[in-house]
Amino acid sequence: MNSSAPEKRKDTRKLVIKLAGVAVGMFAFGFVVMPPLYDVICDITGLGGRGLEVAQGASVSLDSDREVKVIFDATVNSALDWDLHPNDPVAHVRLGEMSETSYLAFNDSSEAIAGQAIYTVTPPEASLYFVKTECFCFTRQSLAANESREMPVRFYIKPDLPEHIRELTLSYTFFQLDEPAGATVTGAAQAAQE
Amino acid sequence: MTTEHTHDTHDHAGAHASDHHDDHDHKPTGFMNRWLFTTNHKDIGTLYLVFSLIMFLIGGSMAMVIRAELFMPGLQLVEPDFFNQMTTMHALIMVFGAVMPAWVGFANWMIPLMVGAPDMALPRMNNWSFWILPFAFTMLLSTLFMDSGGPAAGWTLYPPLSLQTGQSFAFVVFAVHMMGVSSIMGSINVIATILNMRAPGMTLLRMPLFVWTWLITAFLLIAVMPVLAGAVTMLLTDHFFGTSFFNAAGGGDPVMFQHIFWFFGHPEVYIMILPAFGVVSEILPTFSRKPLFGYAAMVYATASIAFLSFIVWAHHMFSVGMPLSGELFFMYATMLIAVPTGVKVFNWVSTMWKGSMTFETPMLFAIGFVVLFTIGGLSGLMLAIASVDLQYHDTYFVVAHFHYVLVPGAVFALMAGTYYWLPKWTGNMYSEKWGKIHFWLSAISVNILFFPQHYLGLAGMPRRIPDYSTQFADFNMLSSIGGFIFGASQLIFVGVIIHCVYRSKVKATSRVWEGAKGLEWTVPSPAPYHTFDVPPPINAQTVAHADEYDH
Ligand code: HEM
Ligand SMILES: [Cu+2]
Repeated sequence: MNSSAPEKRKDTRKLVIKLAGVAVGMFAFGFVVMPPLYDVICDITGLGGRGLEVAQGASVSLDSDREVKVIFDATVNSALDWDLHPNDPVAHVRLGEMSETSYLAFNDSSEAIAGQAIYTVTPPEASLYFVKTECFCFTRQSLAANESREMPVRFYIKPDLPEHIRELTLSYTFFQLDEPAGATVTGAAQAAQE
Repeated sequence: MTTEHTHDTHDHAGAHASDHHDDHDHKPTGFMNRWLFTTNHKDIGTLYLVFSLIMFLIGGSMAMVIRAELFMPGLQLVEPDFFNQMTTMHALIMVFGAVMPAWVGFANWMIPLMVGAPDMALPRMNNWSFWILPFAFTMLLSTLFMDSGGPAAGWTLYPPLSLQTGQSFAFVVFAVHMMGVSSIMGSINVIATILNMRAPGMTLLRMPLFVWTWLITAFLLIAVMPVLAGAVTMLLTDHFFGTSFFNAAGGGDPVMFQHIFWFFGHPEVYIMILPAFGVVSEILPTFSRKPLFGYAAMVYATASIAFLSFIVWAHHMFSVGMPLSGELFFMYATMLIAVPTGVKVFNWVSTMWKGSMTFETPMLFAIGFVVLFTIGGLSGLMLAIASVDLQYHDTYFVVAHFHYVLVPGAVFALMAGTYYWLPKWTGNMYSEKWGKIHFWLSAISVNILFFPQHYLGLAGMPRRIPDYSTQFADFNMLSSIGGFIFGASQLIFVGVIIHCVYRSKVKATSRVWEGAKGLEWTVPSPAPYHTFDVPPPINAQTVAHADEYDH
């Protein structure tokens, strides 16, 4: 407190540098650290309902006879001129058992359009127990004008699904893909492809 | 002379201080030198205060448009999209243009006077942090005149809606960046001043509460303004450069925006209210003629509120689909904030208890603050109950809640502080009669304006809509009438200030208020251009409140 003027100015400069450092650090936290961290947290906890596992024709253990209700939901982003419906809105599936269902997509427009489906599972923690072996969301889908297509989904639910979950919703939203054919998709869609 | 003031003021603390002993009141001459290039904390404080008053009037006019449209059901005056631009702009202007700069203005004027420092620690940066603001808000306001219109997705800028704003969105984002830079520079300055420039003997626990609350606010600002900058930058790249931070189609997640935004947003509401706590804690003891009850408890309560404000953000997001454990955590953490807040309210009431109270205008506003802010705190507690928030969320109940804490809360405290220190700033007494008229009109109309909104919300009226079902008609009309009276009353405020500055014949003494304590009252009124070139003595007579001097 009783320090001389130049000393005081030096203290101030040090403090300013530290505080500016905090500000820059917080910007980096928000802009650089947060988005990947968010994905990691979502993957670990299932928050966001995107923690599904993708497996290839996995072998399934049938040591549970618990049944859960699975609701299939479909939405189309307003920018995409398609219709999308689950063929069976509800299914009762036994844990561990491979199930199959399908959606029907229809291109209302008079031109060919490519779309990409993004999925979520609710409640989010249930997504950690949801395994897909085949899904139209793994790749982009192209529909010619007025074309309709049956799109299958094959999945099973791991037998160690927590007891309190008795009902799950698998929801798809189709978005229009502007990219030319063959372009890569990012994020969840890419993860799903891997 | 002029150049010396504008370029060398950073030396005031040291080498040049002695040069100024005999020319205390020498101000730079010429408009540009005095205001554009100024590095004097009092001038910059004045600039901030005038700027925020102008913004308060602009934001207020937008509120009048909103209340006029909502006067009756149906669409009468404005297009729905313009209505949404009004709600969005009103909030952005009031939060970033009115309340925050007003507090920085108070900080500039009062902190050096209260801790016995000759100026802020970084006078030139101080000039910068102010002069960025007019540019930021010109940019923001100019979007209203662009083809694609102003932002209309709400001040929270949630994607994907906010990403549908047209090209003008870039202006909004850059304006927010500039406000952020200004706030961060201002905060660094406040912290450096408080930590390095106090007069010898002014220990931390002898500082006035206003200084304490601002110190803590400045740390909050440095921690969260950059996070907001990051969030809007991501919006910018999503909008213009094809990234997919928040775009589900590209693998992003719009909910992540809400997390980042509210990690900023909740501390932000405390940024607006903590300095208010400080001002009220200065005023109540003065007019109760009693020391502040529980000074140290007030400091610790402020610090705990600031800390807790970082772990409650998701109470704004109860309806996004969080796991049960998340809902519970954020619910209890939020309710925990009521404890230190309760400590504060208890201490304010205890300060007044058995005091020899008088009710000058600053005191009226301060008491109005204590009562009405508490109502806002209570509706906050209701909203904190996760299970019922699903019903209240995005209704007028939320609108009523945050307007109670912000208008008769933060804004009343700003007015209380203005009346309290106006004689110190101008050297003249304001008109007590008109001050009181301003208070009573404001206090009554603010309740007519916002209380009915609780009922509207409970009955299910959503926020941010230009039209509504006829069942909501009566309460909306009442609310609009209250709004018009409140709006008109603020013109009295402007009148009182102008009268005080230019016309008032009643000179203020240095102490101004009989019961006032603290360093700022030891200098003449108006406060000379340069004060405390020599550090003042710190003792029981000059310290505003400190537990050690209370017995
Ligand atoms: C006891 C203290 C408080 C509690 C428990 C509390 C709680 C809450 C909750 C739960 C919400 C979210 C409601 C919803 O969207 O459904 C909310 C909204 C809000 N609160 Fe508070 N609050 C408190 C104090 C404050 C203070 C002091 C301020 C500002 C000075 C404030 C400003 C706001 C604002 C601006 C919003 C709405 C943000 C928006 O959605 O636009 N609150 N509060
Ligand atoms: Cu909050």
